[in-house]
Amino acid sequence: MKLAVVRFPGSNCDADAWHAARAAGAEAAYVWHRSADLEGADVVVLPGGFCYGDYLRPGAIARFSPVMKAVAAHAAAGRPVLGICNGFQVLCEAQLLPGALARNGGLSFVCRPVTMRVESDATPFTARYRPGQLVTMPVAHGAGRYVADPGTLDRLEREERVVFRYVGGNPNGAMRDIAGITNEGRNVVGLMPHPERAAEALLGSDDGAAMFALAGVAAGV
Amino acid sequence: MSRFLARVRVMPRTSILDPQGQAVSHALGELGFAGVGEVRIGRAVEVLLDAASADAAREGALRMCERLLANPVTEDYVLEGVEPAR
Repeated sequence: MKLAVVRFPGSNCDADAWHAARAAGAEAAYVWHRSADLEGADVVVLPGGFCYGDYLRPGAIARFSPVMKAVAAHAAAGRPVLGICNGFQVLCEAQLLPGALARNGGLSFVCRPVTMRVESDATPFTARYRPGQLVTMPVAHGAGRYVADPGTLDRLEREERVVFRYVGGNPNGAMRDIAGITNEGRNVVGLMPHPERAAEALLGSDDGAAMFALAGVAAGV
Repeated sequence: MSRFLARVRVMPRTSILDPQGQAVSHALGELGFAGVGEVRIGRAVEVLLDAASADAAREGALRMCERLLANPVTEDYVLEGVEPAR
């Protein structure tokens, strides 16, 4: 399994994601955002950071990077795409996931571990979790408040496309405590917390490690 | 072709909490400004563009709003004006 970590100008969790993927047994490579293809990757990760300095809105400019056409084609082919934090913002701006990430309700940047409930194991990134399982991973964002219109929120819940929900405290005012969602095909997942920063016990939690262990994903699947 | 200036105002949707506006409203109250109610903070965008006519420039600016300048999930936009650029 080959996993590509896309690097945008301003990505800063790319090395962490690369490390977590390697630790999970994947072949990991960086792909520069100017690349027109994903260099043969089976799985794509859009990492955390502040690409393009969050100009205009987080993720708004990155969406026009050449590599995003390849990411959209990868997603449309039903292949796995994971957006973490800034990567989640990019996926929403690119309309590969519905809704948007607005500035945190409390206005402050939030950087601390949060507890989430895994709501769905029907994605390639959560197949190794049990629905209802509680996991702890850090958040580190200023614009992580998930918002969408009520119809979209209802639909996400009805179709069981909320993947992670905050429990025991909502760090950013996200609607319906949503921390992560998936697309209709369940191959594209975005979440605000950082699984790559919770991939080893030494980091305080290894609850995120399993998100990078996509054993069932083979080339061309 | 002539050069036009399009002025766009982008504001957070009224249904969406605006924490920046809340913080500024609070700060204005702290400074002693009486009677300050809700404050909302958006952004102003000015685009210089070449177009065949003011109508064409207006149409172009509206497409820019839809595609990039505003996020349709969280923001509303107003094209405040298109005028010949000096």
